[in-house]
Amino acid sequence: MDSLSEYFQSYLTALESYDVIGAFWVNIQLAFWAALGSAVLGTVLALMRISPVPSFRWAGATYVNIFRNTPLTIIMTFCILVMVFQLQINLSSDFNFNFFLWAIVGLSVYHAAFVCEAIRSGVNTVPLGQAEAARAIGLSFLPAARMIILPQAFRGAIAPLGNTLIALIKNTTVAAAASVIEAAGLMKTMIEFRPDVILAIFATFAAGFVILVIPVGLLTTWLSTKLAVTR
Amino acid sequence: MTSDESHSEMPPAAPAAATGARSATPTGQPLVSLKNVNKHFGALHVLQDINLEVTKGEVVVVIGPSGSGKSTLCRAINRLETIDDGEILIDGNKLPAEGKALAKLRADVGMVFQSFNLFAHKSILENVTLGPIKVKGMKQAEAKELAMSLLQRVGVANQSQKLPAQLSGGQQQRVAIARALAMKPKVMLFDEPTSALDPEMINEVLDTMVQLAKEGMTMIVVTHEMGFARKAADRVIFMADGKIVEQATPEEFFTNPKSDRAKDFLGKILEH
Repeated sequence: MDSLSEYFQSYLTALESYDVIGAFWVNIQLAFWAALGSAVLGTVLALMRISPVPSFRWAGATYVNIFRNTPLTIIMTFCILVMVFQLQINLSSDFNFNFFLWAIVGLSVYHAAFVCEAIRSGVNTVPLGQAEAARAIGLSFLPAARMIILPQAFRGAIAPLGNTLIALIKNTTVAAAASVIEAAGLMKTMIEFRPDVILAIFATFAAGFVILVIPVGLLTTWLSTKLAVTR
Repeated sequence: MTSDESHSEMPPAAPAAATGARSATPTGQPLVSLKNVNKHFGALHVLQDINLEVTKGEVVVVIGPSGSGKSTLCRAINRLETIDDGEILIDGNKLPAEGKALAKLRADVGMVFQSFNLFAHKSILENVTLGPIKVKGMKQAEAKELAMSLLQRVGVANQSQKLPAQLSGGQQQRVAIARALAMKPKVMLFDEPTSALDPEMINEVLDTMVQLAKEGMTMIVVTHEMGFARKAADRVIFMADGKIVEQATPEEFFTNPKSDRAKDFLGKILEH
């Protein structure tokens, strides 16, 4: 009994000496901006992949095949080692904020490929007749996509988009590779200096991500049934 | 955005009239004109050298066995199907291949589909106002007024706030007719408009179409409804195996078909 309360005491002192909440807040910020970035880029890619212009379709497919099949760690280290150190392309003059922004770029570029495919699976839930009817009243490709196809496609793609968002939230830990101080990086530091409570530290960070991700899963499941298009 | 607009300027109108296919309407040129149109689906030659002229105000009913190419013909007229060669003219203008010019021309050609294809995420009213507002730039209030009068005309004005899935098939198809009419089209295409309907709903749609025909709308109707052909058609076109086999007035076609193919077809459907 004593040893258990001792263990708990040392765990508390470990928690107090590091800013765990602050580290998770960085992950939340990374996830938010990368979700936004990948949603925009992914939508553009999906439009390219369903467009009537063959070269756009080809470019969209090539992008997806490259970035979906490249490990995120490689994209992230490429952003830092090549873009920042080799080519000296800085998004901010602030040293740490520059890394933070590049991490968002890396996450966005990678997840856009998955967002694109999720939206495309949503497009497949929209019957061809919807596009034909849109064309028949004189809408050209972009207005038809914007007003008729995409609104229905998004509603049919909520579940796979939710999966992509969940993966994105967990993948923000890869930003550690871009020298951004976030949860996974902090965990490594804490383990290094407080190996006495290693199990509790692991459990803390695992629980943190579970708490972040569970609401996303619940929300998307609920939304996907609530917003489903009745035909 | 879409692609090259190669046919920004239309070629001059085709030599007018000449054919004299129709006696009643003395308008100069045909409203819809197909010249030597061919189309293949792989090895299947679905449209074989189709020549067809439809004058303003004419109601043409296309009938024939399934797989005869009649739906493809109908869809080719507003380029939902591409054609391999030949040309299609709408009101003297060659059907453009792509882009804004094509969209503009399609706005003049109303289309009613077998499966209604109402925009599933929009209300009945929005389905009808979308085209006038977004394609023709009509004001919201004006478009709504137009839509309500059209919905009134097809008898579903009281459903205007519902979603398509909440309406019966017959009601949905009448909304689809109103949606097409809202664009004030020069010609209306009907691609088997009653084939997906329960029997008791067929007449409400046919009545709407007969009404439309009486009001002078130019119509090309692909259908199996021989009653509609007798009642409303100026001309019946019989297609088989990708060719126009025979064309005549409904009276003449149904009582005295000339080709064996047509006799065979009519024998199979009129016996019961």
